[in-house]
Amino acid sequence: MQTFFIVAILALGFLVTFQIAKASEYVAVIRGADKARKQTNKINAFLLLVFLILGMIGVYYCNERLAGKILHFGSAASDHGLLIDRMLKITLIITGIVFFITQVLLFWYCFRYQESDKRKAFYFPHNNKLEVIWTVIPAIALTVLVGFGIIYWFRITGDAPKDARVIEVTGSQFKWEFRYPGDDGILGKKYFKRIDQVNNPLGQMWEDSTNKDDIFVSGEPMHLVVNKPVKLIIGAKDVIHDVGLSHFRMKMDAVPGTPTTMWFTPTKTSRQMKEETGNPDFVYEISCDQMCGQGHWSMRGEIIVESQEEFDTWMATKKSRFYTSFPDLDPNKKVVPPPAAVADSSAAKPLAMAQTGNKK
Amino acid sequence: MHAHPGVEVGHDVHHDDHHGHHHQSFISKYVFSMDHKTIGKQFLVTGIIWAIVGGLFSVLFRLQLGFPGQSFPILETFFGHWAKGGTIHPEFYYALITMHGTVLVFFVLTAGLSGTFANILIPLQIGARDMASPFLNMLSYWFFFMASIVMLSSLFIQTGPASGGWTMYPPLSALHDASSGSKAGADMWLISMALFVVSSLLGGLNYISTILNMRTKGMSMTRMPLTIWAMFFTAVLGVLSFPVLLSGAILLLFDRNLGTSFFLSDIVVNGNILPNEGGSAILFQHLFWFLGHPEVYIILLPAMGMVSEILSVNSRKPIFGYMAMLGSLFAIAILAFLVWAHHMFVTGLNPFLGSVFVLLTLLIAVPSAIKVFNWLTTLWRGNIRFTPATLFAIGFVSLFISGGLTGIWLGNSTIDIHLHDTMFVVAHFHIVMGVASFFGMFAGVYHWYPKMFGRYLNSTLGYIHFWVTIAGAYLIFWPMHYEGLAGMPRRYLDKSIWQSFNQFADLDKMITIVSIVVFAVQLMFVFNFFYSIFKGRKVTTTNPWGANTLEWTTPINPGHGNWTGEIPEVHRWPYDYGKDGREFIPQTEPISASESKH
Repeated sequence: MQTFFIVAILALGFLVTFQIAKASEYVAVIRGADKARKQTNKINAFLLLVFLILGMIGVYYCNERLAGKILHFGSAASDHGLLIDRMLKITLIITGIVFFITQVLLFWYCFRYQESDKRKAFYFPHNNKLEVIWTVIPAIALTVLVGFGIIYWFRITGDAPKDARVIEVTGSQFKWEFRYPGDDGILGKKYFKRIDQVNNPLGQMWEDSTNKDDIFVSGEPMHLVVNKPVKLIIGAKDVIHDVGLSHFRMKMDAVPGTPTTMWFTPTKTSRQMKEETGNPDFVYEISCDQMCGQGHWSMRGEIIVESQEEFDTWMATKKSRFYTSFPDLDPNKKVVPPPAAVADSSAAKPLAMAQTGNKK
Repeated sequence: MHAHPGVEVGHDVHHDDHHGHHHQSFISKYVFSMDHKTIGKQFLVTGIIWAIVGGLFSVLFRLQLGFPGQSFPILETFFGHWAKGGTIHPEFYYALITMHGTVLVFFVLTAGLSGTFANILIPLQIGARDMASPFLNMLSYWFFFMASIVMLSSLFIQTGPASGGWTMYPPLSALHDASSGSKAGADMWLISMALFVVSSLLGGLNYISTILNMRTKGMSMTRMPLTIWAMFFTAVLGVLSFPVLLSGAILLLFDRNLGTSFFLSDIVVNGNILPNEGGSAILFQHLFWFLGHPEVYIILLPAMGMVSEILSVNSRKPIFGYMAMLGSLFAIAILAFLVWAHHMFVTGLNPFLGSVFVLLTLLIAVPSAIKVFNWLTTLWRGNIRFTPATLFAIGFVSLFISGGLTGIWLGNSTIDIHLHDTMFVVAHFHIVMGVASFFGMFAGVYHWYPKMFGRYLNSTLGYIHFWVTIAGAYLIFWPMHYEGLAGMPRRYLDKSIWQSFNQFADLDKMITIVSIVVFAVQLMFVFNFFYSIFKGRKVTTTNPWGANTLEWTTPINPGHGNWTGEIPEVHRWPYDYGKDGREFIPQTEPISASESKH
């Protein structure tokens, strides 16, 4: 019913507008085409000026309403993010000035130089001096922007420090999975043909002994240590995904077959962010920024940034993927009484099933 | 290089035919026509139909974005299982955005814009009786028509049309199991695109050879109107870049159906381990954007050309800095080929390569700035008549400034890391490429409608059309930048599960409502367009706008062959407005001894 009303109102509005438009043509004939045209010209010139003023008020109002919702320039939660915020600020200032000047000139000229019988158009086909000026000035402004941009870009994309913690992020429709190297600090080799949804979700090659202590995390947040550089090694199993970390201002595609990396240093713990944003439920979110299929919009992950101690406590609760898959080989298994070991291997199953169920 | 005498003779013969053209049947006159004007109108009408379809797609997915989860039973009535319970199924949503992009970028703003105005204006403005090859020209339209039919039928197959985004990145678009749209829909998309490339090549080659070889006597290259220059560079861009898309599309078809691994490697989809190894998914992006970026200028340059012409005619002043306008068109055309990887800053591109692309990308801002300042100076101290065409041209300049400046943000790789694939990008390219080019197209339609149909469009409806559209465009796309600055990714159909993005729910609602209003006003324009063909106010003079260019020296309703007598000779550039106190001096008027030099 509502739809019907909306359609009816639109149709009616349309009909009325059309009748007015048609009538205006007849009116113009009666009043004299030239006179009518001149009056329309005045109205439109005036409207252009009004549009400029309302537009500028609109820009201000829009900013008032929405500026609180964006990520403030300078509030980034990583060192690289601060560089990006600074670049945003520089660019905003330069483009903002140009925007204001050119839009004002455009609409003001339109109003000021509207058709008038008293004035003749000024024949002004070219002027080399002017043209040189407005080639050189934009060129200088852009040199500044390119200069800062490239310096920051190389700093952000340069090599990660040696002590950076390596974490592997793998995207698949429509979830994120993480792998932490164990005590050896090395991620073991993997090969996609070894992938087994139940026992080996990443396709780790067990003959590579560095794989034995790698920790696999799925279905829970990624943990990072504050003020410790982290290097993400990013991959995907099926289609291209993208690790988007808007609070850190970082982003990198996850491409099947071609691993990518990015590194940064988180500078604010989740707890700090809760205080800073005044939001007790604040979480760092991982968004998928490259369209990856029908669940793209729901491919959400979380990150917890915490102190070293908290991180270590969390890590201690984790068991390597190898011993989860092959509990019999676990040298520490004697610690666990046999019935519990059985329970452990059956616990692996519901987890795996939950994953396949997730996948759809 | 003046008009080729041999060609002229041939065309005079053609022209004699025209006197006895009553033997032409309806089919050869309106369907398989070889008259460039009719072909142009065919492109325009097909483009308008596609614009309605593509616009409707956007209204549908805006409903989902503005009112996520709300049921609109009418949707189920029309779309069945795609909108069960009146809400849009995710797969349907992705099909809608994919088709919206494809249709608008290729079928409306490439074929509908270049196809229309290059066809109608090139022969008329350079003084030729028709295109270099009217037959290829006809084929160009019919290949476009076939591409349209294939794309349109893909909407009705059971698994739905392609839904991998208008960029069709593999592996998503290559794997039948990755999404429903990657089944038959993707093959049809690729085939349709291959046909489309053929159409655009036939058209482009024709435009180039016509401009180079068939100018009338006295029409040197630097006496051509800027519209023609813009069409020329557009055609060159298309001819050089579209074949690359074709190669990408064919390789992708191979990967999809013949088991090759050009773009596929290390893939486990739906639990199946695929045998493909050694391909590169990123390679497709290089092939795609090698067309994709010039494509942006293929869309934009014709609009720029027409805007230059319309601003000059209606401010009764010469275009300021003709040679600079020409030089900047040239610079943009060259740079268009050297910036494609700025769409790929976060694909793991080599950072050094990235920095080169930053430099080249931001360089485009220089010729763009020159154009803007020259348009402003063209208006300065003019005597401006605000026809609907003028208003749309002014709107184009305003949008080009707004959207161009955000290009400086995104072209800078440092900022792009944060804003890549967010709503900021959507806002940016809709303003600068989408809406601005539409404004150029509208300006062209309002301005040359009298030439096309011998009647005027209703100007009151034209004014309403302009004011609602420009206000709506800014209301829709300006606030969208803020969503992007909050990191909100593109192509999310429901933000309610996201803490960071759900705060924009009200804004999305507002945008949806405005976009419905704007869409309704476009329908009014379409009505005005078709109504005025039959019932519009009749044109009574050959040169209603007091313009200098050659198309206004033809009869009000030019037949096939354009001029009834000899093709006029050209003696001057097309922008002598307000010279020596005369309002305008047509190109056909010889230069008198007493005339001042410029």
